[in-house]
Formats: sequence, structure tokens, C-alpha cells
Amino acid sequence: MNPFHLAVITAGVTQPSSTRLLADRLTAATVAALAPREVVVEVVDVREVAHDLTNTVLTGFASPELQVRLDAITEADAVVVATPIYAASYSGLFKMLVDVLPTDALRDTPVLLGATGGTARHSLAVDHALRPLFAHLGALVAPVAVFAASEDWGSTEAGRLGERIERAGRSFAALVTGQPRAERIDPFADVTPFAAPLAGARR
Amino acid sequence: MQFGIFTVGDVTTDPTTGRTPTEHERITATVAIAKKAEEVGLDVFATGQHHNPPFVPSAPTTTLAFIAAQTERILLSTSTTLITTTDPVRIAEDYATLQHLSDGRMDLMMGRGNTGPVYPWFGKDIRDGIPLAIENYALLHRLWREEVVNWQGQYRTPLQGFTSTPRPLDGIPPFVWHGSIRSPEIAEQAAYYGDGFFSNHIFWPASHTKQMVQLYRRRFEHYGHGSADQAIVGLGGQVFMRKNSQDAVREFRPYFDNAPVYGHGPSLEEFTRQTPLTVGSPQEVIERTLSFRDYAGDYQRQLWLMDHAGLPLKTVLEQLDILGEEVVPVLRKEFAALKPAHVPDAPTHASLLAAAGGGHDSTVHAVDDVTGASPEATQPTTLDRTRSTLEVSK
Repeated sequence: MNPFHLAVITAGVTQPSSTRLLADRLTAATVAALAPREVVVEVVDVREVAHDLTNTVLTGFASPELQVRLDAITEADAVVVATPIYAASYSGLFKMLVDVLPTDALRDTPVLLGATGGTARHSLAVDHALRPLFAHLGALVAPVAVFAASEDWGSTEAGRLGERIERAGRSFAALVTGQPRAERIDPFADVTPFAAPLAGARR
Repeated sequence: MQFGIFTVGDVTTDPTTGRTPTEHERITATVAIAKKAEEVGLDVFATGQHHNPPFVPSAPTTTLAFIAAQTERILLSTSTTLITTTDPVRIAEDYATLQHLSDGRMDLMMGRGNTGPVYPWFGKDIRDGIPLAIENYALLHRLWREEVVNWQGQYRTPLQGFTSTPRPLDGIPPFVWHGSIRSPEIAEQAAYYGDGFFSNHIFWPASHTKQMVQLYRRRFEHYGHGSADQAIVGLGGQVFMRKNSQDAVREFRPYFDNAPVYGHGPSLEEFTRQTPLTVGSPQEVIERTLSFRDYAGDYQRQLWLMDHAGLPLKTVLEQLDILGEEVVPVLRKEFAALKPAHVPDAPTHASLLAAAGGGHDSTVHAVDDVTGASPEATQPTTLDRTRSTLEVSK
């Protein structure tokens, strides 16, 4: 079987970047969920081609450095995106990359959405800004997206970020492979041993 | 192989002095540049067509006829003629007139050109750009080849019993190129008619030009006009030269950095690496130009853009001197040595005339609506019949 090509677009600009961190974790969760399928991951860090993006908007053609990245996105079997939320929407750099993608580059391509922001109050930007953008591009947008606020990185309790990432990766892998979803858990078929919730309560 | 220059006709501020030429200065400079091109031994001068500031050439045949009257040898062309928004009937008439006035020393290049707002000024819509280019040219093609045209299309009033005058000189329609930056449809159109294909070349990487030219060559052969390597290809180019490379770069950089189209974007170094722009010594220009053949094949016409981005007239004329004295003579020799015998030159009026086995006057004489008389009717029998008809009607 041919390897599965997963392109990852990350638009964080700081070093290190929480957006990149989210992108990497979404990627890892997707790759894990796709196992044992071989996955080739190609990461497009928008910062690395920031000048090239401006030039492309002005001249209409991409530099060789940008072109290989555009090709990777266009030819990918699925795409993971992660952008910081600035002023209630995706970052300008992120949008510039989307603007210079060839027409129909993402049509029918499964896309997993991820975004980061300073507080959880920005979380709806994923659904208000990112989702319509990718709907316009004709992508198959995964229903489960992940927004990571600053506080989510601080504790596993607060945002249950790890769980959300894992769930997003699993449902994305299901979408990508056309697998039927995991069987519903019958709450009567099995129970969580009482020690677990009890341990939580005591903590 | 033909070598020449093409101008967009932009009125641009000289970034080194802050001075913007007047329209009058720009128009007279265009004529001076064309005359200089002939003087230094170039083969072609082509002007653009635009209908909005900052451009001056809205009436290209007026300018070209004026130049034709003051030159002897140089071939006059366009870069490009707006086939989308210009009535093909006017193109047929204007350029046939230019053909007569210049004694066949002209051809023209079709282009879509234009930005969105320009189309509605001429009653058109940019979304119809490609269909307009296709339909309008199909009509123009007939207007020059058929004396009486009955025609109906989507984009202009129908024509019934229409004759475009003057008829082409010697019955030979002007040779047509189709210019394009990015549209494969235009390469296909050029191939279909067996016309020339001109790749703008200067804004985009060589890999793109290669794709477009290959498509045109392949389809030229498909339509039975000859083998792919016999197709008629033209390329744009952009150069700035000084004896020393560094001087050229230093002098041209402010013009590049502020140029319309690519200014304030990529660096001069990036753009010279990624597109055919060459800024350096005449020898560097020679080598770069010869390398175009590696991906475009043996081609027939090389035009350079020399007078843009606010470069002063004096500088442009100096550049033409260098081009004519140091670059083109070498290129002429080198390209000629490389070109196989079966690859034709670009058609000219003279070569098309020879191919047609000589010319014929194709004047269409009018028939008087009232008398039915025609200047063609000079033979006695016809004359008699006309006379008797008149007598009967009395």
C-alpha cells in the first residue's frame, strides 16, 4: 500500500510556538490512529516562507522554496492546519498561504482544524472563521477541531487538551480512511471500576 | 531571427529624481525609442494598448503609422492589441490601413490584457475574457480573408453583407501573434490558426514559459501546420546593461525596487534568479538570452522591455545602443548557427507574399445603390448593359 501523505500547515511565528506544538500533537494523534498505515508527514511552517508569500501575492508566481510546499499541500491525502487566532480570526500569514494555493488545491481533501489563542474566549474562532474558510475551499472539514488556549497547556485538568487532541486525531483518521466510527460504548456492558472516580474525588 | 523591443507605455515616476514625465513627453519618447531601435539595427518595435492611466498608448495604430512614416526598415507590431475589448471590425480596418501605409512593414500581437474595470468601459465583462478573445479573433480572421462576411456571435452586433475596408495589402492578411502570460487557451488558439505564439516570459519563471511553449508547439503540429519545432515562437525579455555588472545592478536597483508589477516584492537578486530579468554586462545578457533556447526551442522573435519603471529616455537610448552594438549582432550569429534549416523564420509580408505566389490587388469596388454602376464595370459589354438598364428604367 502506498504511504499516506499528510501535510501539516502551522502558522505560529514565535520560537518555540504553541501553534507548532498543537500541530505536532494533532499530527502524532492522527498518525497513531492511522497505524499501521505508513504515513509520510510534510510540515509547512508558514514563518519560513513569509517573505515568499508576500512576493507571490505581488508577482503571481511562487519561489522554488514556496512551490515545493504548495505542491506538498496540493498533493497531500489529508491536511492538518494550525493557526494562532489574532483579532478574532486566523493569522494574516496563514491566510496568505491559503490565498496562494492553486484553485481547488484542497477540494475533497480531509482537513483537521487546530487553533491557538490567549484565552478560551477565542475558541469559537475555529467555527466562525476557519470552518467557513475551508468550506469555501471545498475541503472535507473534520467535525472535531481543537482549540488550545494558553491555560490548556498548564494543566491536564483544565482543558483536557490531550484527550481532545487524541479524539480529534481518531475521528480525523476515521474520516480519512472512511472507517466506520468506533462502536458506541454501552454504559451497561461494562463499568468503570469505582476506584477510578474515587481516586479522582480524593485528589 | 528577429530582435526588437516592446513597450507597455507606462508613465512612471523616475524613483531616483521623483520626476514624472508628462503624457506628451512619454508619447514623443516612444517615437524616439522606436526610431532609435531602427537606427541601432533592431528588427521589431511593438507598442502596447491601454485605456487607463498611467498608460498613454490608447491609439496604437496612430503612433505606429507616425513611426512608419519616419522609418525605413523596422517592423511595427503591438504588445498587445486588446482583442477582448476592441471591436474586431475596428482592428481589421485600423491595422489593414497601417499595413498599406507601412508597405506591409507590420504585424500584430493579440492579447487579453486589461483589468476588471476596463472591460465595462467598452461594454464587456472580464469574466468573458477568454470567450471574447476567441470569438473576436475568429471574426477578425474572417474579415481579412473573406470579402463579404455574414456573421453572428455573442459579443457584437451581427454583420450582414459586411466588407471590411481597406482589404489587406496584396490580399495578404497581416501576420498575427497571440500573446499570453498564463492562459493555455491562448496557446491552443495560436496553434489552431497556425499563428505565432508569444510568451510574455518576463513576469514568471522559465518553467512556466516552457510549459506554455511546449503546449503551443505540440498543438501546432496536431493541427497540421508543420512539425512542433517549426511553430512560430516569440519570447519577451527584460535587461539592463552596463559594461560592469556591478554598475548595472547599482543603477537599476532603484527602478526595480519601485517598479510597477513586482516593486516592493522580491529582491532584484531573487527576481533575476527566478525570471528572465538580466541585469549585468552585455556578455551576461548574451548568455542568458541564448539559454532561453534550451527550454523554448529554436524561436523566431526576441523582444525586450527596455523603457519601463520610470527609466529616463536618455538611459533607454543608451541601453538600445548597447543592445544594437554589443548584444544583438552576437545573438544573431549564435542563434543562426544553432538553428536547423527546417525551422522557418517568422513570417513577414514579403515571405507571405512569396508563399502565396505573388500578390493581387484585393480592392473591393462599391456598387452604386442607385445606378448599379461599379468602377470595376469598365468592359464595354458591361458598360452597354448598364446603359441599357438605365434607359429602360427611364
